[in-house]
Amino acid sequence: MDMKENRQRARVLVAKIGLDGHNRGAQVVANGLREAGMEVIYTGIRQTPSSVARAAIQEDVDVIGISSMVGAHLPIVKKLMKELEALNASDIPVILGGIIPEEDYGPLREAGVSQIFPPGAAVKEIVKYIESIVNAKAGSGPAAGRGHHADPDHQC
Amino acid sequence: MDREEWKNLLSLDYKNRGRRKPVYHSESKIELADCYDPEELMKTGFDPEKDLGLPGTFPFTRGIHPAMYRADFWIMGQYAGFGNPEATNERFKYLLSKGQTALALALDLPTQLGIESDEELADGEVGKAGVAINSLKDMEEIFDGIPLNKPRQIFTTANAIGPIMLVLFLALGEKQGIDPGQYSVVLQNDILKEYVARGAYIFPPSPSLKFSIDAVEYCTCHYPRFKPIVICGSHMRQGGATAVQEVAFTLSNAEAYIDEAVGRGLDIDDFAPFIECQLSVPMNLFEEVAKYRAFRRMWARMLKERYQAKKPESMKCFIRVYTTGYTMTAQQPLNNIVRVTVEALGAILGGAQSLSCNAMDEVVSIPTQEAARVALMTQHILANETGIADVADPLGGSYYIESLTNEIEKRALSLMEQIRQKGGAQRAIEEGFYQMLSRKAAGEYQQEIEKGERIIVGLNKFREEKEKIKIDCFKVEEGVQGKVIEKLHNLKAQRNPDDVERCLGRLEQEVRLGKNSIPALRDCALAYATIGEMCRVLGKIWGFYHEGAKWI
Repeated sequence: MDMKENRQRARVLVAKIGLDGHNRGAQVVANGLREAGMEVIYTGIRQTPSSVARAAIQEDVDVIGISSMVGAHLPIVKKLMKELEALNASDIPVILGGIIPEEDYGPLREAGVSQIFPPGAAVKEIVKYIESIVNAKAGSGPAAGRGHHADPDHQC
Repeated sequence: MDREEWKNLLSLDYKNRGRRKPVYHSESKIELADCYDPEELMKTGFDPEKDLGLPGTFPFTRGIHPAMYRADFWIMGQYAGFGNPEATNERFKYLLSKGQTALALALDLPTQLGIESDEELADGEVGKAGVAINSLKDMEEIFDGIPLNKPRQIFTTANAIGPIMLVLFLALGEKQGIDPGQYSVVLQNDILKEYVARGAYIFPPSPSLKFSIDAVEYCTCHYPRFKPIVICGSHMRQGGATAVQEVAFTLSNAEAYIDEAVGRGLDIDDFAPFIECQLSVPMNLFEEVAKYRAFRRMWARMLKERYQAKKPESMKCFIRVYTTGYTMTAQQPLNNIVRVTVEALGAILGGAQSLSCNAMDEVVSIPTQEAARVALMTQHILANETGIADVADPLGGSYYIESLTNEIEKRALSLMEQIRQKGGAQRAIEEGFYQMLSRKAAGEYQQEIEKGERIIVGLNKFREEKEKIKIDCFKVEEGVQGKVIEKLHNLKAQRNPDDVERCLGRLEQEVRLGKNSIPALRDCALAYATIGEMCRVLGKIWGFYHEGAKWI
């Protein structure tokens, strides 16, 4: 695999912020993204918004995925956005999954979350979404030589 | 008709009518026969005398009581607790008035992790996953007007802080003037599973394991009505483990705890009768029933053969069951009532002693009052309207159930042997062995759903295409965090700082000397030291445990 193709693999930071230790979802998604050909860092549990923002920049990720299961999603997301802004990294898209009541979707989107995946979302939907934003960012169409992982039927 | 002739008939039937799947498996990937008969059962080495016995007799496959639910139904619990102590007090009073016989106290995450409500790490999580408790003061409010001896049992999820919750109850009992002989507290106090699933650890595994056993040792010597530890498979199951893994992990963890307790000179028959186990119950009904039966039998044999227990009470495993979260869907949420019913049925047919049913909306939030009521009434309906409780071990003797029971036992024993070869549960967990197996199983489960090999109604089949996921979510009252923090600050201003200082100092001294921490902790609680303050002292001695980030 040459360097160019290598760099075009989406880099994703899967993070658990706060005290919530329910990590089944985060790990299933992290493994699924990797199997779909992405480069994935899983932060482990109990991270802070600032450690996640810093890791996202250090690792030069294309997207940050947050998993929240205990109802703390709103304050967590707001703090993360502030940290990203402070580091001039508001352009890194943040996606969210877990136990998120639909009435919170509006405030979460307002806070800057680009997509929310409810319980039961398929990993392939998440893969598809991440590829769409990474492609849009690269301003490249399907001709840009993206790897096998761009195949929408590729299942994790 | 003999078996061979029937086999021919069977092939013909498949040929004419097809088959839904090329191979049928249980949830744990045990391959299933077309039909179970004496021949299939004998293949598993079934010996009714040795493997079955009668209800209430060794090896307790058929239940721990001779009369099972003919004498009394199982304990019907519901997990509750949220927001501030006053709100939890109100909910507890409501549940007791509706016929609930036991209380379960859910703690918010800062409380479970020994973090005070006003610390930065607690921000946004105070009162979210349960009630916020900082000190004895909060306990007094939660149980205001509820004498500790009113419910049959009070259960709490404290794990990393298990021994601290114990002393808070002891201190509260003193304040209420109720003798500890008159009430019964059940502590989860199972730290090992926290490193595998759920993640509510504070200190490293080795001192944490010893800390858990401090509570076991102390209760064994002083408060024999208490249940100082509930060894849990349910969280690891929810974290991805299969039924076989759930059984093997739970029993291997039990070995680690029992070894530590026996190592302190406790007599196995003095504490084993008070250990409880907590298992999950997902949707694969027959495997679940078989799992409970296998688990009880393995427990009995382990206690008798490995630990030389003499009392039958030591060999009877009290099983506490929670229905499962991961089988519920946010789509068509009312369907979850049906799922919970089937899961509850599995637990009852399997002979559980205590059952808590999830509310249908728990997949998106802490339950609303109405959803919590339906979950409790589900148990009352099963108990009173179906007759399933009228005969002990109603599925006992089923060729299928007995075969599955034997197969689960065989596979779980072999996994336990692997864990022993790694140096036991603590070592296996430290090196990530349990985690690796359950992650793999969770990944496969998700894959099966995405490939459509596993049907989840409303999720990957029978979908409401235009459905918007919407449920009336219970909202934690706004401003809870502020109120809790204000109360914490008032407490700190009002209590005697010298007393607190002295008690915390003694705690440090005694733990450093290797003494049992409970007496010193109890004095800390009575002096209104906070859980956070006690944990800081312990962390200074033991260090704190962290999980690192990694490329995967």
